[in-house]
Amino acid sequence: MMRRVPWGLIVFVAALGVPALGSRFYTFLANDVVIWTLFATSLNLLVGYTGLVSFGHAAYLGVGAYATGILMKKLGVSFLFAWPAAGVFAGACALVFGFFCVRLTRIYFAMLTLAFAQIVWAICFKWNELTGGEQGMPEIPYPDFGWIERLGARLSFFEWRTAEYYYFLTVVLVAFCLWALRRIVHSPFGRMLTTIRENAERAEFIGVNVRRYELVAFVLAGAFAGLAGGLLGIFNRGVFPDFAYWTKSSEVLIMTLLGGMSTFYGPGIGALVLILLNQQIVSYTEYWPLVLGTVLVVLLFGFPGGIAGAASALSGRLLRRTRGA
Amino acid sequence: MPDPSFVFAQSLSGLTAAMFLFLIASGLSLIFGVLRVLNFAHGTFYMLGAYVAYQAMLWLGPGPGMFWIAALGAALTIALLGGLVERLLFRHLYGKEELYQLLFTYALGHVAKIFWGTQQKSVSRPPGLTGSFSFLGATIPQYNLFVILLGPAIALAFWFVLQRTRVGRFIRAAALDRETLGALGTNVDALYTGVFMLASFLGGLGGALVSPMRATVPGMDTEVIVEAFVVVVIGGLGSLWGTFLGALIYGQVLSFGILFFPRFSIFAVFALMAAVLIVRPWGLLGRPLR
Repeated sequence: MMRRVPWGLIVFVAALGVPALGSRFYTFLANDVVIWTLFATSLNLLVGYTGLVSFGHAAYLGVGAYATGILMKKLGVSFLFAWPAAGVFAGACALVFGFFCVRLTRIYFAMLTLAFAQIVWAICFKWNELTGGEQGMPEIPYPDFGWIERLGARLSFFEWRTAEYYYFLTVVLVAFCLWALRRIVHSPFGRMLTTIRENAERAEFIGVNVRRYELVAFVLAGAFAGLAGGLLGIFNRGVFPDFAYWTKSSEVLIMTLLGGMSTFYGPGIGALVLILLNQQIVSYTEYWPLVLGTVLVVLLFGFPGGIAGAASALSGRLLRRTRGA
Repeated sequence: MPDPSFVFAQSLSGLTAAMFLFLIASGLSLIFGVLRVLNFAHGTFYMLGAYVAYQAMLWLGPGPGMFWIAALGAALTIALLGGLVERLLFRHLYGKEELYQLLFTYALGHVAKIFWGTQQKSVSRPPGLTGSFSFLGATIPQYNLFVILLGPAIALAFWFVLQRTRVGRFIRAAALDRETLGALGTNVDALYTGVFMLASFLGGLGGALVSPMRATVPGMDTEVIVEAFVVVVIGGLGSLWGTFLGALIYGQVLSFGILFFPRFSIFAVFALMAAVLIVRPWGLLGRPLR
């Protein structure tokens, strides 16, 4: 008898172990991957589970990042309140935008999400007093790790730098968010989203208020994207209008597709692969976009299920072979 | 109230921008109207058009008429490129999920950057159109006037081909019902390739003609494609005159927005796009998709 492997727990523990490798650079990369995993997974709630292709998911990343950044830098609010605020602001924003978006279908839906995201970008770009405008808002403070650092100094068997404490915090918070998202997609509510993706008309026939379900999914996806944004702004040591620009939306869409939209952890795998690939290739050549484009084309024609889809097909085949033997 | 001649000059500069955008957006709109695909790579075709024109100018050297040869050559090159891409790759994605088509065109935009990569180039204005003249107190460069006249000329030519020729009838039929047209014996595959090539030609031409006015830089594709989206969405996806109207509106909103509310001009165009999508998703002159 094979027991189910607790992959989530294994990855969580492995992620916590990254700073022990002793390389600042690995910790930096891992932090980036962890935050983008949350962002991509939040998008997958829309694209993969509900079947709504959003082309403006970066809007909520941007709103969340600015919310946390402004609260912490300008108003001196502690991270404890500033981070959840990112989710609240982004969720509220998604509620307003989503209200209009879910009324449209397919290409029009994608275009309207794009338009709203560009509106957010335009506001961030020009509202100098609040957002710092084109220059962005540098020097977002780290959360206060004073007490842990003092404790660490006293016990003297763990001594990390602030960036590493922040990494641990990110891993724990993202793990919590992913757990929550997993609960959501496996709840009756999440099942209903999948039903809507498969056939919205039939869902309507059995008495489901499709638009309301889609709107709730939109708001949840926006809120979690905002939480990812809150973490990203601090990690990045600054928030810039770029966070909400449409190229960010397409980047995260590619991650989701690369990893595989049909599985929960697919987008995380996509984030990992894309960020590592980017980091590797940029050190060799300036033609990163070329590589990205080629990878995408191969993916679209060769592995439409993404990495996770290809992997599960492969493992399924292997399993059948071993059983058959 | 600002000086009227200044307002006039401002509206003319908006008009020039509008006509460039129309050149690019008309191709985008055509592909959407017939193939039902939003082509993200269109911005890249525009950028490549500018780079190819630059390269051709280097080879041809200065001389009367060389600019026009270079521009036409660039547009034809891009048309060939578009045709190849459609034949070899894009064809296989028809009937699959829209997301894959969108991402393919996006990926294509990335791949196409290999040729000129990260350099910045500029082309000088063609001899004969380097001057400018005054009208109602405003100074208008001759090249801008040429562009302002070219836009409506292309729109009319487009309209004529679509409404008055045999090929145009087939294109309109393909937009309405691809399968029936195929069943009646028309080679729809070839028609699609042709439409894709024509659209790529227009994109490449737009890029080539813009090269004397703006510097050719690697990021110009991501900027222009969003602008073109705004234009086609406002006017109506798949509608020729809608795209023309959308381009006019975009140009004026942007150039007067910068004049009166400099901080809200970008905001205004996207807000307009969102408003149109909310009220009339198929655009001002478009028709709802069945």
